[in-house]
Amino acid sequence: MMEDNSPKVISDKIPFYRDVRFLQVFFQILFLIGIVLLAGFLYSNMLNGLKKQGLELELSFLRTEAGFDISEGIEYESSDTYLKAFSVGVVNTIKVSIIGIFCATFIGFFFGIARLSSNWLVRTIASVYVECFRNIPVILQIMFWYATMLVLPAVDESISLFDSIFINVQGVYLPSLEGTAGLIPWLWYLLVGIILAIIVVLGLAAFRYFFEFRELHETDRPSFISNIIFGAKWVAAPIFLIVTIVGWFLTPEVPFELLQPELQRFGFVGGMNFSPEFTALLIGLTVYTSAFIAEVVRSGIQAVVKGQREAARSVGLKESQVLRLVVVPQAIPVIVPPLTSQYLNLAKNSSLAIAIGFPELFQIGKTMIGQTDQSILIFAMIMVSYLIMSLTTSAFMNWYNRSITRMGRSK
Amino acid sequence: MNENTTNDPIIICEDVHKWFDDFHVLKGITTTFKKGERAVICGPSGSGKSTFIRTINRLEEHQRGTIIVDGIELSNDLRNINLIRQEVGMVFQQFNLFPHLTNIKNITLGPIQVRKMSKKAAEEAALALLERMDIADQAYKYPAEISGGQQQRVAIARALAMEPKIMLFDEPTSALDPEMISEVLDVMRELAHSGMTMLVVTHEMGFAREVADRVMFFDEGVVIEEAAPADFFDNPQHERTKLFISQTLQH
Ligand SMILES: Nc1ncnc2c1ncn2[C@@H]1O[C@H](COP(=O)(O)OP(=O)(O)OP(=O)(O)O)[C@@H](O)[C@H]1O
Ligand SMILES: [Mg+2]
Repeated sequence: MMEDNSPKVISDKIPFYRDVRFLQVFFQILFLIGIVLLAGFLYSNMLNGLKKQGLELELSFLRTEAGFDISEGIEYESSDTYLKAFSVGVVNTIKVSIIGIFCATFIGFFFGIARLSSNWLVRTIASVYVECFRNIPVILQIMFWYATMLVLPAVDESISLFDSIFINVQGVYLPSLEGTAGLIPWLWYLLVGIILAIIVVLGLAAFRYFFEFRELHETDRPSFISNIIFGAKWVAAPIFLIVTIVGWFLTPEVPFELLQPELQRFGFVGGMNFSPEFTALLIGLTVYTSAFIAEVVRSGIQAVVKGQREAARSVGLKESQVLRLVVVPQAIPVIVPPLTSQYLNLAKNSSLAIAIGFPELFQIGKTMIGQTDQSILIFAMIMVSYLIMSLTTSAFMNWYNRSITRMGRSK
Repeated sequence: MNENTTNDPIIICEDVHKWFDDFHVLKGITTTFKKGERAVICGPSGSGKSTFIRTINRLEEHQRGTIIVDGIELSNDLRNINLIRQEVGMVFQQFNLFPHLTNIKNITLGPIQVRKMSKKAAEEAALALLERMDIADQAYKYPAEISGGQQQRVAIARALAMEPKIMLFDEPTSALDPEMISEVLDVMRELAHSGMTMLVVTHEMGFAREVADRVMFFDEGVVIEEAAPADFFDNPQHERTKLFISQTLQH
């Protein structure tokens, strides 16, 4: 008899302990049970420990009077509750983070692009800026700026820029934009403008999509989104502008006025004031983070291959157009993820304000911890607040990145 | 000489030298290309073929000698450089399409931004070009969504959209799979018959024989032999040329 040469196919029923699918699920469940048990054990241990010291986790303290003063922030008095005090800290953290992110982005892009300049002097200055500020610990920089703020001239000898910005030992005074009695009526015009614009854009896009381009084959037809963008640019934006501008003149009073800070007997009145603490923190965070952002921008631009610039030049684009139309759009998707993590760093580093006494989230949280016996809870509240801010920022940046990157899926 | 070639010179190179640091890449190239002429440039790897055609639209700067393109001298004058780049189209080995733009936007970018054409006119012209390249149905896709041969044809359309007087090709088919080479060569053949002045770096000897007015052989930064394709291929003068032709034809 001939030997059977065909390969032997192993297709026995698989015992469950060798089945990959089963094992994956099994170990995940095992892992989850382990974590829950461990967390439960730690938690009950902690509660027991606290109980022995006569302490209990209680949220009710948040409704009791805080009794301490906060130097700046949204309206607050020492007789307000702990919850109110905490929210002052949250708002201050958000304020310094948003302004800081805004400024750091501008400065960072500027220096990042400058580092690639063909001009030796520009390139060198940018390199020195980046290498200095990203290699000195940020807490040192913040304290340095704070020390600088404190040796500025007295109020009546303020440094004045254009007669509307004043810098002195009490901080920085800027003109502010204040709403007048005309603001509310004008906001109605604004609302009408927005609603009109939305209706017109959607209507137009639908019309173009379903009627004007109906004969075109689906792949050739401009997408619904591009119809919306078209309508927004050419029809809705003008309508919106006309309504709001007409509204501006129809309201009884101009909706906004610029309030200049003015020196009076007890200091400056009117306008906006950045305290020395806030200013020092803002400068420190902005400068430090902008140096990192400059590096992110530089490497993002360098990631765009040389052939892209050459192709752009060979169709006759000028250097500025090469950068704006070809290089930057391709660099942005590379830049955004590391940029996001710089934003998160800036927000988290704002907790270093504890070194100079700016009343942000961590500073106020620490005062609360000192006054109550709820340290664990307050720490948890602080951590959760940072977490929420960070996750919101990441989510926004991810959404932004997805909305601008449509390079076509690879085949 | 093809039926389109004239006697008017359009590119004049006088003793062109180029160094990369202290590496002498072009060692005195002197030649003239006439309006409507089709020149094929070949030679071993590293001989300076790419560098030479890239000096003509200033992607590389030459350090000695003169280059005059369509009556404009290539100098450090930005205005001249930009003027010349508008007259000279270039097609790269790696296509270099802009991945963030659809194919049609790749083509209209130059005409809209540089020639200040209206968007509508530019798109109509682009669609006509894509039609000519036989890929009109790919207009609204992104480069990553089409084949290599189609991408290279979009790249040719992108260069043609600027209505250049001269087209430079740097090994346009070397990065393509064999079955896509002919679709690109067909387009180039058609372009040659339309009277375009073309400088083509390629190892496609069939194309050179059929289309070129002149074949130039580069070796170590100098043109060691140039002749009409029939003479060049059937009766090469130099040992290096003979060796190169026999090696290339074996493939
Ligand atoms: N940017 C550069 N810096 C330094 N050396 C370079 C640069 N570009 C090219 N070279 C060198 O110059 C020489 C000529 O290069 P070139 O690209 O012109 O050759 P080529 O004839 O086109 O060769 P290939 O057939 O491989 O494309 C090569 O030795 C190459 O290494
Ligand atoms: Mg080459």
